[in-house]
Amino acid sequence: MELDFTSSADYLWAFLPEIVLSVSAMVVLLVGVFTEDRDPPAAGDPSPLGWVALVGILLAGLANGWLHGVETTGASSMVAMDGFRLFSNWLFLAGAGLTILLSFPYLSRQRLQIGEFYSLLMLATVGMMVMGGTRNLLLLFLAIETMSIAAYVLTAMNRRDRKSAEAGLKYFLLGAFSSAFLLYGIALVWGGTGSANLPEIAAAIQAGAAFSPLLIAGMALLAIGFAFKVAAVPFHMWTPDVYEGAPTPTTAFMAAAVKAASFVAFVRVFMEAFPALYESWYPVIWWLAALTMVIPNLIALSQSNVKRMLAYSSVAHGGYLLVALAAANETAMAGLLFYLLVYTVMNIGALAVVMIVSGHSEERMQVEDYGGFGWSQPLLATIFTIFLLSLAGFPGTGGFMAKIYLLQGAVESSLWTLAITLAVVTVISYYYYLRVAWYMWMRPAPVEGAHTRVWAPLPMRMGLVGSAAVIIYLGIFPSGLMEGARVAVGGFGRAVGGVLLGLGP
Amino acid sequence: MVEILFYIFAAVALGGAIGVVFQRNPVGSLLFMVATLASLAGIFVLFEAHFLAAIQIIVYAGAIMVLFLFVIMLLNLGHDYRKDLKMGLGMILAFAVTGGIAGILVRQLGGAGTSAVEQALPGPEAMDQLIQEQGIIGSIARPLFTDYVVAFELTGLLLLVALVGAIAIAKRRV
Repeated sequence: MELDFTSSADYLWAFLPEIVLSVSAMVVLLVGVFTEDRDPPAAGDPSPLGWVALVGILLAGLANGWLHGVETTGASSMVAMDGFRLFSNWLFLAGAGLTILLSFPYLSRQRLQIGEFYSLLMLATVGMMVMGGTRNLLLLFLAIETMSIAAYVLTAMNRRDRKSAEAGLKYFLLGAFSSAFLLYGIALVWGGTGSANLPEIAAAIQAGAAFSPLLIAGMALLAIGFAFKVAAVPFHMWTPDVYEGAPTPTTAFMAAAVKAASFVAFVRVFMEAFPALYESWYPVIWWLAALTMVIPNLIALSQSNVKRMLAYSSVAHGGYLLVALAAANETAMAGLLFYLLVYTVMNIGALAVVMIVSGHSEERMQVEDYGGFGWSQPLLATIFTIFLLSLAGFPGTGGFMAKIYLLQGAVESSLWTLAITLAVVTVISYYYYLRVAWYMWMRPAPVEGAHTRVWAPLPMRMGLVGSAAVIIYLGIFPSGLMEGARVAVGGFGRAVGGVLLGLGP
Repeated sequence: MVEILFYIFAAVALGGAIGVVFQRNPVGSLLFMVATLASLAGIFVLFEAHFLAAIQIIVYAGAIMVLFLFVIMLLNLGHDYRKDLKMGLGMILAFAVTGGIAGILVRQLGGAGTSAVEQALPGPEAMDQLIQEQGIIGSIARPLFTDYVVAFELTGLLLLVALVGAIAIAKRRV
């Protein structure tokens, strides 16, 4: 099939995965209203709605696979039909699917509204897919809002928990604040270049608008807005509280998929619209990356609450990813996609185990509570250890290979300081990841028989085993996925590569 | 005549905007904001964008501001805000940034026909012709349902998310 965007119907095909997913989300919503409310499942019973949602994700995945074979002849300002979009779509669908699979017991245990939860999660995923797939700043803003508003609600969803409401409000206020920055940035960029389409902005900059102060101010505001969204230090203040207070499946979804979507949009805007201004924005990203790598890792060392520790760890991972943006070459961009995929899988997996350990009323979050978990639940504890090792970046896991690719990208752009910082903070981070593993295997349980009854039904175990297998597989055979990521970013790194030549550290 | 009206509306809009910031009572701020939005609508009329002016009055000055007023009055009756407002360095910084951006805007968009935006826009003659052919509403509606149809549909989805979300938070059972 060929799309030339002469008629509006072509947009229907170009956005097929998004449309399929939105329709599935509405189906889930309706099914939820008509079944769950009339006869809610007993606490702890997995709801059949989860399977409906998973089928929706699967159908959207099929549509995305079909999109791989579609050729475009005409250009469209609204939608990008490149590999970067399709790869990031896979990423978001995997994140959403894993979150749904691993939240089966949690939602009914906490008696959340399952239909609304899943449908909002799917609609947030639609927002993410548009974020990864648009070349128009207006559409990008709408997509970010769709994702963010759904994420605010998912955060505040647990009405029985004061912390959840507090987290929701904090997230909402700071999220709205950062959206305002983004919007003002978009307006100023439009004022400076006369267009909201990324390729036309790039063309206008090439044609001589480069040093217009309006454009620079707009770019700075865009960078601040995105820095809030990806939780880069010093715009990360909301992250620990929000991640800790949110229901754990939401935390997993936010720390992985929402962050990935923000990164994808960040990268697309700066690589497609502002490649000619690389020398203006690269120092800013450099500092953001350096701060975001060092500070959260140091704070995480002193955290005793595992969920909070994982929140700081997710901020730190954002720093590693910013290194890729600062490097802005093809290896770094492919490494970014590779890293995002590995990170999504391992982070959602780790938080799913936190979900299991925390127990009925979410009271067991401290690192001491993990004592004795290893020997009473060997399978789950082994999987958790794999995720922790991968988050830390141990050789043999996907997390290690992802960091190697980022390092390679940084070195290719001669960012020696950032590369060395990345390696050093990785070693520091071993301490707090391995401490949890040490408690799990080496220390006795705080209470006798604390972990003999855990709530992990079959779908959840399947998801966990699958995720762990993916992490190990990517640690040993990373080149297949990396090649795919390289093809996906095609064109991207090269545009900046020319600017980069001759640029020292 | 038009020019005099423009300066009156512009002065009211600017004065209202300053009032929003300096007024210490939130209800007062809100009324200043209504004044700003209404005089913006007046400026739209001067540009012969009657449809935009009507929308501006109905949606912003009307619906949204009334909603704001309700929320402020319902949530915070009897609370003294004065001590919540901080003066000092932050305020000076805020004004410096605002002034800086205003200066840039004036410098970049002040000169006629030179800025990037003006070169990208169709210009007055082309606009007149467009309005002649399609009418004022048509010249807004056509791009909305053709060029920007994706954005239009996505806005619908955004509203659905907000609606479902608000109900999910506010009510335990639907």
